[in-house]
Amino acid sequence: MKILKIFLITFLFLGTTQLKSDEKNNDFKNKILKNIRCLICQGQSVYDSESDFASSIKLIVDKKINEESSEEQIYEFLREKYGNWIIYDPELNKNTYILWLLPLLLFLLGGAIMIRKLKFKN
Amino acid sequence: MKNKYKASIFFLFFIFCFVVFYKGLNNPNIYTPNIKVKKNIPLFKAKDFNSKVYINSEKIFDENKYYIVNIWASWCVPCIKEHPLLMELSINQSIKIIGLNYRDNLNNAKKFINEYGNPYTQILIDSDGTLAVEFGAYGVPETLIIDKNKKIIKKFVGPINEETVQEIKSIIK
Repeated sequence: MKILKIFLITFLFLGTTQLKSDEKNNDFKNKILKNIRCLICQGQSVYDSESDFASSIKLIVDKKINEESSEEQIYEFLREKYGNWIIYDPELNKNTYILWLLPLLLFLLGGAIMIRKLKFKN
Repeated sequence: MKNKYKASIFFLFFIFCFVVFYKGLNNPNIYTPNIKVKKNIPLFKAKDFNSKVYINSEKIFDENKYYIVNIWASWCVPCIKEHPLLMELSINQSIKIIGLNYRDNLNNAKKFINEYGNPYTQILIDSDGTLAVEFGAYGVPETLIIDKNKKIIKKFVGPINEETVQEIKSIIK
């Protein structure tokens, strides 16, 4: 009876650990899929799409995760095949400097104007 | 003076935003593949359509010839349209045409080949579409030209036409 109890507890413990690891893997995979653009759909990510292209990309991402590729390695593989357009989150390069830095500059400029105005008021 | 300075900064900023948005308007919001890029052929293992044996890509592209990789499927209507042109190209001895059967039912694919002819020196099975991804393809039909250095030198998205065939012939010359 005691052996059966120990066996059951171990089994349940291993089961929940496995479930947690699967859940973690799924979250990681979904995070990547949500950042990949479905090239044949209008405004849909691969995660949202059921198209043939999206299904193939899902399989590729699955395979890459099983091969223990990192998120960046997966994006790099897809960029090499389809260019930057396939990734929603654009990387910082000479074509995207303005995109990344302009909001920051505008924020700083706005802040500076506000501080100046407040100083004048006081 | 101060107001003039402020107005000119505001004007310049407005012009800058206008140019950025105007340029953005002209950019297509659909994927346009880079069809002129030179890329190495991917390394892969694929199942042969006839023998059902897995073959390495090095073995497929082992001759010192130009290769054409054509991605096709029996359910793809434009593939029927381009098939006679592939048959015409297959007569040329200096090229080898490799077919990539994309997400297809094998029986239907066999019927397609029996009905319209076989322009391919080898057909590879891509039942889940992952092989097409390795070639950077996103649909059917797509045709890629591989030079003697085993580099993808040209890509045609959609069915090939007479003009494309002439272009392929001039590349191969």
